[in-house]
Amino acid sequence: MAEMDTSGGGHKKKGPGVKKGKKLSTRVDLTPMVDLGFLLITFFVFTTTITRATAMHLALPDDKVKPEDQNKIKQSGALTILLGKDNNVFYYEGELAPDGSNFKASNFKDIRDEIIRKKQQADTNLVVVIKPNDESTYKNFIDILDEMSINVVKRYAVVDISPVEDKYVRLTEGEPAPQTDAATTPAAGAK
Amino acid sequence: MGRAKIARKSTIVDMTAMCDVAFLLLSFFILTTKPKPSEAVPISTPTSVAPKFVPDKNIVIISLDKDGKVYLSLGDDADDRQKKQAMLQDVNQRNNLGLSSGEIATLTAQPFIGVPLAQLKQQAHLPVDQINSKVLQGIPTQDTTNNQMIEWIRAAVNAYQGGHMDLVLKGDNVAKYPVFKNILTAFKKNDQFKFQMVTNQANVPQGTDLYKLNMSGKAEQM
Repeated sequence: MAEMDTSGGGHKKKGPGVKKGKKLSTRVDLTPMVDLGFLLITFFVFTTTITRATAMHLALPDDKVKPEDQNKIKQSGALTILLGKDNNVFYYEGELAPDGSNFKASNFKDIRDEIIRKKQQADTNLVVVIKPNDESTYKNFIDILDEMSINVVKRYAVVDISPVEDKYVRLTEGEPAPQTDAATTPAAGAK
Repeated sequence: MGRAKIARKSTIVDMTAMCDVAFLLLSFFILTTKPKPSEAVPISTPTSVAPKFVPDKNIVIISLDKDGKVYLSLGDDADDRQKKQAMLQDVNQRNNLGLSSGEIATLTAQPFIGVPLAQLKQQAHLPVDQINSKVLQGIPTQDTTNNQMIEWIRAAVNAYQGGHMDLVLKGDNVAKYPVFKNILTAFKKNDQFKFQMVTNQANVPQGTDLYKLNMSGKAEQM
């Protein structure tokens, strides 16, 4: 009644003048559709960003801690890294010599060797002091913090650059020493 | 001759099953893909070896774009939206901005806040397609006397009181350090000493101390 007659027919005799309708196959070739499906899959797989953003944790020091309660850095284990413009990196060990003789230029490739060398030499006394100047970028700062975790430096501090150091950085970069910039670094205490 | 007759088989394979699989996979990938968050403010983050992922909710995101403009946004969670509304009400009251509740609702629905306090009213009347880095001038953080980030962080701390809040800083590669330092000042002023910085994942370089540490299986959470 409601179902379609799909049988081959033949036994039902129709009148001599009635033409038999040609049976068309209901099968469709699905190959192009499969092609399309997989094409779309590949598209979505490749355009999906698999890497989730990671987060670097940083704990800031409390400025309200009195200076006498703060830890003093042992000069023998101190490595100060200064960040300048155009991805320039400078460093000195211990205290900065008055004539700037231990002030050395480096870059992000070579600074790792320097950190490793200092780490082996200073062992547990190692403290890295990071001083970005006003020309350095956020990327430089992240990179140097990353260097700390890559080399498993447990103790490091981010400190404002002092006018003297800033002068050396800018001089090495071939800029005249700033007169006004030193004054605009508010938290940088004179050495 | 007694040669065996090999039956001729059709080479046509039924593709229905394969088609089913293909589209099943397709729908799976489409549904599981999270659409990329609106890129009204394009920020390319630096890379780091940090192993932890950025949390999804209860986050306060401070974005720092390449021109040094600062924007504030919260997570997409319903809970975060509520907190954002609370923050806006708080800021509105304390600074006498005179925002109506309708304007606060509009600002809550907008993806981020990126104007000085005095212009919040204008931002509330901007169409969504104009909420981008070209139109908005950013939250001022430049000088120490008018660091409005301090006010926003204070409101965030208030809104999340009693709950957990993650401060997430998302900075652009070429953003200058002083702006970043000003944001840190805002954190410190509100006694928020812990925060996270969004980075892209990078592999640990071979031969370094961290690499050896990871290989030895004694990797500790830094």
